[in-house]
Amino acid sequence: MTVTAVPITTRKDWSTDQEVRWCPGCGDYSILAALQSLLPDLGVRRENTVFVSGIGCASRFPYYMNTYGLHTIHGRAPAIATGLATSRPDLDVWVICGDGDALSIGGNHLIHALRRNVNVNILMFNNQIYGLTKGQYSPTSEPGKITKSTPFGSLDHPFNPVSLAIGAEASFVARTHDMDRAHMQETFRRAHEHHGASFVEVYQNCNVFNDGIFSTITAKENRASMLIPLTDGEQIRFGENREFGVTQLGDGQLKVVEVASVDEQSILIHDSHVDNPALAFALSHLATGVTMPTPIGVFRDVVRPEYGDQMNAQLSDAQAKRGAGDLATLFRTLPSWEIE
Amino acid sequence: MSVEMTTEKIDRVVVRFAGDSGDGMQLTGDRFTSISAALGNDLATFPDYPAEIRAPAGTLAGVSAFQVHISDHEISTHGDAPNVLVAMNPAGLKANIDVMEPGTMVIVNADSFEERDLTKAGYAANPLNDGSLSAFSVFEVPMTSITTEVCKEAGVKPRDAERSKNFFALGLVSWLFIRPTEPTITWIAERFGAKPQVAEANTRAFRAGYDFGETAELFHQRYEVTAAPFASGEYVNITGNTATSWGLIAASQQAGLPLFLGSYPITPASDILHELSKRKEFGVRTFQAEDEIAGVGAAIGAAFGGSLAVTTTSGPGMDLKAEAIGLAVSMELPLVIIDVQRAGPSTGLPTKVEQADLLSSLYGRHGESPVPVLAPKTPGECFAAAIEACRIALTYRTPVILLTDAYLANGTEPWLVPAVEDLPKIDIDFATEPNGTSPAGEPTFFPYLRNQETNARPWAVPGTPGLEHRLGGLEKADGRGTVSYDGENHELMTNLRAKKVAGIKSIYGDTFVDDATGDATIAVLGWGSTYGAINAGVQRIREAGRKAAQIHVESLNPLPEKLGDILRGYTTVLIPELNQGQFIKLIREKYLIDAQGLNKMKGVPFQAAEIEAFILQHLGENQ
Repeated sequence: MTVTAVPITTRKDWSTDQEVRWCPGCGDYSILAALQSLLPDLGVRRENTVFVSGIGCASRFPYYMNTYGLHTIHGRAPAIATGLATSRPDLDVWVICGDGDALSIGGNHLIHALRRNVNVNILMFNNQIYGLTKGQYSPTSEPGKITKSTPFGSLDHPFNPVSLAIGAEASFVARTHDMDRAHMQETFRRAHEHHGASFVEVYQNCNVFNDGIFSTITAKENRASMLIPLTDGEQIRFGENREFGVTQLGDGQLKVVEVASVDEQSILIHDSHVDNPALAFALSHLATGVTMPTPIGVFRDVVRPEYGDQMNAQLSDAQAKRGAGDLATLFRTLPSWEIE
Repeated sequence: MSVEMTTEKIDRVVVRFAGDSGDGMQLTGDRFTSISAALGNDLATFPDYPAEIRAPAGTLAGVSAFQVHISDHEISTHGDAPNVLVAMNPAGLKANIDVMEPGTMVIVNADSFEERDLTKAGYAANPLNDGSLSAFSVFEVPMTSITTEVCKEAGVKPRDAERSKNFFALGLVSWLFIRPTEPTITWIAERFGAKPQVAEANTRAFRAGYDFGETAELFHQRYEVTAAPFASGEYVNITGNTATSWGLIAASQQAGLPLFLGSYPITPASDILHELSKRKEFGVRTFQAEDEIAGVGAAIGAAFGGSLAVTTTSGPGMDLKAEAIGLAVSMELPLVIIDVQRAGPSTGLPTKVEQADLLSSLYGRHGESPVPVLAPKTPGECFAAAIEACRIALTYRTPVILLTDAYLANGTEPWLVPAVEDLPKIDIDFATEPNGTSPAGEPTFFPYLRNQETNARPWAVPGTPGLEHRLGGLEKADGRGTVSYDGENHELMTNLRAKKVAGIKSIYGDTFVDDATGDATIAVLGWGSTYGAINAGVQRIREAGRKAAQIHVESLNPLPEKLGDILRGYTTVLIPELNQGQFIKLIREKYLIDAQGLNKMKGVPFQAAEIEAFILQHLGENQ
């Protein structure tokens, strides 16, 4: 095969002619736009790109991407993508899922794809609600949530998706939100660059069933004081004038402080490449809900052997040692006898 | 004074080794089988072991047995009942003695009939002394003590030596049936080479067992079973699971596609995963998934990427995979699902055979979800059936269910090693060019534009420029393959999917009929692993001078084209099944034939005698 340069494309090349059928005003539109306009810059080919999804509003995503795509069954996208990515290491595989798809019915597949470090980019659109089934609480909904299925308030303690991913040994974990295209694109770009499983939680507004759930932190006027940007090599600070910072207490816990009230040197410098996940985990737990200042950006980005690479190395090692498989030899691995 | 030793030539014998699950009975039986195979006997085996790895020692629950039938002529079953039972302990005796015919031989390890052993097995009195075995020819052999004694000289501790007593039993039975000693001694050296003391103990125990037969003057007769007339060629003794695994590898080679197995360990299917995981030089990717759903899911992903994708499981796993199989039906991707059936429902009898997943394979998914279903009839035939399942999946872009079962999976038979050049070719035609025109007038790819002959849709794999497309579980527009909620289209697609599967042409498209004289009025119809027992039952009827035909089906969906006409040619159709009557429902429904069923759900295969009795019950006086 001749190697040709990756064709120059625009967002239009990555869009299908299918009518996008999310509710008007849905946060999914801005995520779709962010990704469609990012892909031309990533130096990848449409034919080598596959979007795999499960079931839910977010999972309609592949239909709108002019690439190869699979819209599969509820919760199973990480498993299906695992088979594809390990057998076709040449492909760029993205998994699109929602909080119900990834954390409820598909929780098992998510954690195993992460621990195996399969080379897929998992974008989880978190709107803290079930949209496609018309408004039941999800595994990320806040406790006490009143929904159609919980008229007296939900009893479930929610998952913190970033904590969960770090706990599942993920090598890349990030968070972004649907109100900031530049931040989304930068986060997706880094997820794509990461070799192994990348998990990105995208705070996404469901304007029909959970409208404004993130506006306390993502609305333009609130961002400076409520979002804590994580930038490698920089102090973890936020606020209109970067007047707040994150520091570590003697017992290891993190605390938001006024920078003026402490030794400035005690403000943590972010490093997503630290192998030990403790600090990343502590950062993910800094906020226990969208009413508190919440870190966004890349929490963790470490190098760990990728699953498909290792699987394929075992194949080439075996072939190097034993030669390419030969059926006649295989059939004689059991003791044979000859009948005249 | 020595007793004269005689040799009797017999045409067949069934030997059953029974002991505790830790006694190495499977290994012993397997070795005896291998030696007999090398001598040219025809044979069939039946490993029968408990679900627990180490059930309480000495109890009935912990009995592990291996039955082998060897003969000088063609046989099709492991034998109804043993002619020789080797019982390593009272539990092994108690669990098997009831099926033994009077006059048959029982060899017991006399050392293990202490009061404690008897109590654990539930014997109130010692059966060796209370006359309860008077109908049998009983040989009491102190296997443990002799083994310990001969090993002591080699410096092996008594506790370790005791574990070699199965080789003593093997040696004794090898002597009894005039089997050569060298193959076993060579095998022990190879197998236990890394542990010289174990190899030494096993060799000594084996020799001691052989010599015991020769010198102890307990046995006065040896038996000889000579070679069976086989077609010339090279043979191996193969289990259904190994044959299935090799069939998958062969299909992958013949199709030129890498094999991908997504699987979750489950009895009795795990050995396919084990076998395939060893064969990496063939480019076989084995993925031990987090669960059954991920196993089939990963396979579907690999199929989309252009692999020959397979998932293996047993009944409980089939239930979990149902939704994903439906997805493969909708996406029309090639996928082979292997269900090694075991007794259910739920966990059921995990190590025991049953044929009760037929209807769930055919109908066990929501919506109209047609899937071809194949069922091989013998362990060796799993090879060809696996290749055919792959060929159908790849040719017709459909999931295919291959139904084997615990009996086929673990049972063995001599298998004629095929010449590689004789294996069926599998042609793969990936789509490489657009096949349609978009509304804007540009060349585009229609993923559901069907092949006129096979009704298969084109298979375009990622990496192919210009053929980017999206598949999914939502209904697709005929041809173009975009999402369609149109009712007319859904009905059309439902019918197209059904038509595609109904029109599959396979090597199992012709009905297997064995009607020796062509004028039998009664036919015994079977599917899957009951073939052997039905065959043996029908032979018995014929040997008695009466007539019966055997008809066997290996493609359960679609059924062989002329099956109905053939069945209507018989006055009586009998259907034995290891279930409550699943195939019979299909036959009655499809052909309106008032077939009669024989049903068994005891976790063991049919015996030839049961089939014979069933036929006799329905054979008229004059037939």
